Amino acid sequence: MAESDVKILGAWASPFVMRPRIALNIKSVGYEFLEEKVGVKSDLLIKSNPVYKKIPVLIHGDKPICESLVIVQYIDETWSSGPSILPSDVYDRATARFWAAYIDDKWFPALSEIVKVQGEGEEAKAEAVKQLLAGIALLEEAFQKCSKGKAFFGGDSIGYLDIALGSFLGWLRVTELNGLTILDAEKTPGLVGWAENFCADSAVKEVMPETGKLAELAKRLFAKTKAPPST
Amino acid sequence: MADEITLLDFWPSPFGMRVRLALTLKGIDYIYKEENLQQKSDLLLKSNPIHKKIPTMIHNGNPISESLIMVQYIDETWPKSSSLLPSDPYGRSQSRFWADYVDKKVYDCGRRTCFAKSPEEGDAAVKELLECLKVVECELGEKLYFGGENLGYVDVALVPFYSWFYAYESFGGLSIRDECPKIVAWAKRCLENESVAKSLPDQQKIYEFVVTMRKKFGVE
Repeated sequence: MAESDVKILGAWASPFVMRPRIALNIKSVGYEFLEEKVGVKSDLLIKSNPVYKKIPVLIHGDKPICESLVIVQYIDETWSSGPSILPSDVYDRATARFWAAYIDDKWFPALSEIVKVQGEGEEAKAEAVKQLLAGIALLEEAFQKCSKGKAFFGGDSIGYLDIALGSFLGWLRVTELNGLTILDAEKTPGLVGWAENFCADSAVKEVMPETGKLAELAKRLFAKTKAPPST
Repeated sequence: MADEITLLDFWPSPFGMRVRLALTLKGIDYIYKEENLQQKSDLLLKSNPIHKKIPTMIHNGNPISESLIMVQYIDETWPKSSSLLPSDPYGRSQSRFWADYVDKKVYDCGRRTCFAKSPEEGDAAVKELLECLKVVECELGEKLYFGGENLGYVDVALVPFYSWFYAYESFGGLSIRDECPKIVAWAKRCLENESVAKSLPDQQKIYEFVVTMRKKFGVE
């Protein structure tokens, strides 16, 4: 299929946009990356995602697909001859979807909260940190169970849950720059090793933004809004 | 070996109704256990330690929670009868997108409509509720069901909220029938299906439940 048949509307810094890009890389599917300008939504975005007007959007032929995890599942089911992204066992699939939903609904909002309360009192920050670390402890447990001793949640290779969590590693590292340890060699050894393996993977390397670049962007954005880009 | 399924649930929950409906549509037997949300059972706390919420299903000893994840699990475990998700990847992506939209919008606006602490909060909730129902109505278009000719994933995701419509209308001061006639027609069409009729409580019962809860929350 020609590269021009597959387009991603997105932004380099968005963890949600990273997800379908990693998925397409896993499947060795070429695509055109259309970068949205900060603060300005293109006509194509508004037309392709009239409900939310948000990135990422995958446009396959003339069909738009929205919502990052919906897109990842679409990619897995469309290019089914490539390496599988969702687990093959039905129960394992439900488990992967459960944790991906937990990450999006609970864990990432806790990470965002830490950034938002930067300017506020120590108490507000302490509560946000407590929630985040409680969450990462749960994810460490989940990793031990799902990986069964292998490198990734998905086993030997990157899968759905690896993509769901791994896409936040850039912003996690930015948050750690302020002195907070989230991935701890003693408390979350599994995830520490996992994070290294994930970032080194060929499907991830070229789309994972550099922590330094993200930190620069954060400084500019937070001066305006006090929150990481929640596309 | 016969499948053993227990569903931990709470009768007014639209999320629980989704799972009841999916199991009933597929003709799957299960044991229904009503939870007292003020005193959650050990089984619920053990089966869903992260969220401690209903619905939670235990299938041959394995717990599954989060209603839409449960519905997909049911669809994938029993694929032969009444497929809920379409077979083509694009159709599946659209179904997932719209079920997710229902999750993000309808429940929250509906809850705020019923339990608003001020007229301003209530008005804002009603406005948002109607907006999202109209978006969904537009997506339905002229189709019989969101699933096309038959009930599908999005129908299962949304139809439970129909049992709450009378409560939304009474406390929100709106007529969903007037504002979103196609949605009401669609819901009534769904209710002609025996499985749907069995899985959804009566609107009057939900209304009375909300009355009791409003007194409890001191919203009167």
